[in-house]
Amino acid sequence: MLKQGCAITALVVGCAPALQAEELNALIWCDHADPAFLAPFEEAHDVRVNVKEYEGTAAGLTLLEQSRPGDWDVMVIDAVDVGRAVERGFLAPLPEGVAPLDDYFDEVRLTDHVTVEGTTYAAVEKFGYNTIAFNKAAVSAEDMTSLKALWSGKYDGRIAIYDYYLPVLGIAGLAEGVATADLDAGSLESLRAPLMGLKAASKQVSDVVASQTALATGEVDILVGGGEWLTAVLHEENPDLDWIIPEEGGLLWAQSLAIVEGSEKPELAAEFIKYVLSPEGQAGLATSSCYWGMPANKAAGDVLSDAQKAVLRWDDQADYLARAQLYPVPDAETDAAMQDLWTEMLQN
Amino acid sequence: MSIERREKWQGAALVAPALLWTLVFFAVPFAGMALMSLAHLDGREIVQGFDLGNYLKIFTEPALRRGISVSLEITALVTVLSVLLAWPLAWIIATVVPARWRRLVLLLAVLPFWTSYVVRSYSWALVLGEKGVVMNALVGIGLLAEPVQIMATRAATVIGFVHFFVMLLTLTIYSNLVQLSPNYARAAQDLGASRWQVIWHVILPLTLPGVMTGAFLTFVLCIGDYITPQILGGNNELSLPQLIMLQLGRRGDYPMASALSVVLMAIVTLAYVASARWLKMERM
Repeated sequence: MLKQGCAITALVVGCAPALQAEELNALIWCDHADPAFLAPFEEAHDVRVNVKEYEGTAAGLTLLEQSRPGDWDVMVIDAVDVGRAVERGFLAPLPEGVAPLDDYFDEVRLTDHVTVEGTTYAAVEKFGYNTIAFNKAAVSAEDMTSLKALWSGKYDGRIAIYDYYLPVLGIAGLAEGVATADLDAGSLESLRAPLMGLKAASKQVSDVVASQTALATGEVDILVGGGEWLTAVLHEENPDLDWIIPEEGGLLWAQSLAIVEGSEKPELAAEFIKYVLSPEGQAGLATSSCYWGMPANKAAGDVLSDAQKAVLRWDDQADYLARAQLYPVPDAETDAAMQDLWTEMLQN
Repeated sequence: MSIERREKWQGAALVAPALLWTLVFFAVPFAGMALMSLAHLDGREIVQGFDLGNYLKIFTEPALRRGISVSLEITALVTVLSVLLAWPLAWIIATVVPARWRRLVLLLAVLPFWTSYVVRSYSWALVLGEKGVVMNALVGIGLLAEPVQIMATRAATVIGFVHFFVMLLTLTIYSNLVQLSPNYARAAQDLGASRWQVIWHVILPLTLPGVMTGAFLTFVLCIGDYITPQILGGNNELSLPQLIMLQLGRRGDYPMASALSVVLMAIVTLAYVASARWLKMERM
């Protein structure tokens, strides 16, 4: 009898995790992998969020292409690339009322980008700037007010370039007076010389971690393509790390969250998006251990501390948003030409 | 069934699992990759077919062609430097270090392998930086007036690789050295050879299989490595694995990534063919 009792208990205990095991599979960027950010949602819905990190829309879309319908429930994607994903049938329409758009910063609703033929497929969740990050203890802040300083020769060998072609080509375009919206295969040729010049002046072209390390250790003093997403997490360690939107402008990045087509848990996926867009979720995402960024929902300001808002430069957003341009949105041909130019620059 | 026939079947049965393993996990995926390399990207869509355009592009586009030369140059340098450093080290461990200390010395030699490869590479990034230990020491003792750039150069990549592969080669050469009968050296010395002549004319040629095996493993592992050049090279030049990752992660261009991988495989195969006569894996 005792043995039977033990066996039943063991069976029940053993099965418990399986019974509780509703899971949500999320294709995300590293800021969503912070357990402290996911925990409130997991506890509230008694669910486990499985995350897989990816970088770059092409990699994300390739992952979806190789997956079966139902493998993924939600996905983080560059807001400007939502149309690309919809075109390939990867995203499901977003249920109405999921995003508290009335509380959003006006400039980051990005309706034109997250809506295709009148249907909304994603909601912007976080934004920031790709611009110039620098160490103000080693670099004149005044110099950084213009992109021209990068090509002046004064900072040769002290510059790192963020290894992502879209924002950096956008910045090179701004330096040449080309708006990001006007970047196409034709205008790209005019960026070749400035891009190669920038590479010649730089010490390295690096990913997020290597860029952070280089800036934090003083290997370089300037990061082209950097911004609050890179310096904010290092602020306590080194308050001299700063960023600026120069007079020529900067680039606005905006990440969005969408339900993946074929998800077998669309309601749970919608609940997850609601959580991320709630003031608490937004505050957690904005100050995630991987990188910080501005929450799309202004109501997060009630949850964030004054110190956190100061690091995020909450009060300057109106000015920044007015001066920043969206990422270039290249068609396939322009995208290939941009990547060819980028590869050439890396090999140069 | 005759004994001969039974032995034949037993041999086939013993080899079958390894063959099956190779077939499922190497031959079939490789065939798939080779087929994919003949497809092409049309816009953002992969179009299957029989198109040699990717291979043509690899050998005509300077940025891609340079990936091959960058990989070959780095790998050749790393292999030569590693052999030159590892042989004396292995010889010292095998012949100079007292037997009771050898185990400890070998343990110290493999100690770096206990840390993560990625962490080790980032550690080198900190060590080789302008404000790192190496530069501080060189400037401190007056060998350099001011720090020079090592980090984010090919030199950093080579240093990171050599640190790793010297240990690997030391082990392969050491295992070869300890298998040599001391009678070879004694016979040479009886015939009047000096210690140096014994090493150069007797020991070194006898360890050639171990050296070549280690060198081949170094070549294969080095030319296919993505992490070290990515972290230490500063993206100032791209090796073949970095170009492959670029196609996969950025462009979603699986056909081109496959074609580059086939080229990488071809280089490794050529290296094997070139060194096959010296390779005696069974002695390791």
